[in-house]
Amino acid sequence: MMTAVKERTQVDLTVQPTPIEVKSENIIAVRNLEIFYGDKRAVNGISLDIKKNSVTALIGPSGCGKSTFLRSINRMNDLIPGARAAGEIIYEDLNILSQDINVVALRKEIGMVFQKPNPFPKSIYENIAHGLKFAGIRKKTELDEIVEESLQKAALWDEVKDRLHKSALSLSGGQQQRLCIARSIAMKPTVILLDEPSSALDPISNAKVEELIIGLKKDYSIIIVTHNMQQAARISDKTAFFLNGDLIEYDNTKKLFTNPSVKKTEEYISGRFG
Amino acid sequence: MNSKAADRVATGVFVAIAIVIVTILVGLFFYIFVNGFKYISFDFLTSPSSNVRAGGGIRDQLFNSFYILFLTMLITVPIGVGGGIYMAEYAKPGKVTDLIRTCIEVLSSLPSIVIGMFGLLIFVNTTGWGYTIIGGALALTIFNLPTMVRTTEDAIRAVPRDLKEASLALGVTHWHTIKTIILPAAFPSILTGAILAAGRVFGEAAALLFTAGLSTPRLDYMNLNPFSEQSPLNIFRPAETLAVHIWSVNTQGLIPDVNEVASGSSAVLVLSVLVFNLLARWIGSLIHKRVTATK
Repeated sequence: MMTAVKERTQVDLTVQPTPIEVKSENIIAVRNLEIFYGDKRAVNGISLDIKKNSVTALIGPSGCGKSTFLRSINRMNDLIPGARAAGEIIYEDLNILSQDINVVALRKEIGMVFQKPNPFPKSIYENIAHGLKFAGIRKKTELDEIVEESLQKAALWDEVKDRLHKSALSLSGGQQQRLCIARSIAMKPTVILLDEPSSALDPISNAKVEELIIGLKKDYSIIIVTHNMQQAARISDKTAFFLNGDLIEYDNTKKLFTNPSVKKTEEYISGRFG
Repeated sequence: MNSKAADRVATGVFVAIAIVIVTILVGLFFYIFVNGFKYISFDFLTSPSSNVRAGGGIRDQLFNSFYILFLTMLITVPIGVGGGIYMAEYAKPGKVTDLIRTCIEVLSSLPSIVIGMFGLLIFVNTTGWGYTIIGGALALTIFNLPTMVRTTEDAIRAVPRDLKEASLALGVTHWHTIKTIILPAAFPSILTGAILAAGRVFGEAAALLFTAGLSTPRLDYMNLNPFSEQSPLNIFRPAETLAVHIWSVNTQGLIPDVNEVASGSSAVLVLSVLVFNLLARWIGSLIHKRVTATK
């Protein structure tokens, strides 16, 4: 949905433009990205382009740096003491790693859904209205409309429409995770980051979340970290394979899973390590 | 001894400890109420205390206790919660934060009589106010602030990090997240801390002896002008609280019915703390249910 990008009139990402050009089919360009926790380097200078309106999967064994990379895209690593990043992540002609970036505005455009469903201990309605109210939407009719629209998009509306004002904690794990996705969608982001969104869910809930993600890519660009290679193969268009902080291979999902060009990738996807 | 027997012994020991605690509490309540209830009457609660004759009541002391409690909490809760938020959410780990934390711990372990002497120096003599309600309330604030900061900090730290991250990831600022997500989630624990602090205020005597004083002027409860000498609302008048009254009639009372007054006052004091506790918890749970949408 290009309109979401253009709609952002009041958003202020003031920083000087960078010389790196992002091709129009790409939404994010990463160049020589390094991420450190204290002295330890978790990501070793990776470069890749994320395509607009597609699902990009990040795979690799635990501790390979894929989640760290994901969290750097909306600056969630800022919350971790001692974490710092070097290199560039270009979004909308801006290096979002720059100190001048308005991180709050950035996170409104690049949303995130976490591994463990984390609804607020409030009503279902308030969970979605929380971010909207902060963004300045106060009118009840407008809030109602966005809440319904977001829940529809997250395929949750029919299940919760009669109990919008009940606690979100009364939902099942799968429903909670779809609520978290709805909450993200409500902010009209351009990119949604998903950090192993279905690893804590049962297979049926997992299937629903996957179906939802595939449906979302026509409106949003999605980057998903997953431990489940079948999941990556099922839902993603492109896949990046990480190992020990390096980006080993990045290609179309079909190509990467059927005919990987690097031996390490083949060993990992065939289950020989990891 | 095999492990099964050891398990049984351990269980027995813990049950015994629990029984001892409950017995002490029940015994104490029983003693206080049996001795005190028969002296509590409408007259006792609504007449002023007497200096020499029998038959004095505790009207003013009871009012003073609640009034000082109210003023103390009015100062303590906002500053204490603010300090707790700072310590949990803003203070960067390092020497300064460690120093602040040490100060809070030392402050919370000061004996209340020492705080009373400090209050005498600052709020009575330096300011030239003499014995006043506000002096007493400020002394009690010093006494309670560290606990309030500590419980708030612990309560905020106990809120799952996920909730904070979830809110920040929606493009909501740190402060708005604290206001709308973290504080409501921490509310029950903060309330418990405030109730404990309130109980301490209600029962405190030592810190008030030299700050709020041992006497109460003749009060006119119809006079609501807070600047009038006779008004109960005047914060610049001396005020003997219930706990101080129990101490003073026992040590320097000239009235013939010292025992009756002391026992009755004790029962009223304990009852007040209990009622205040239950009421605060009940209101707190109503608020919490409203905010979290649980029924």
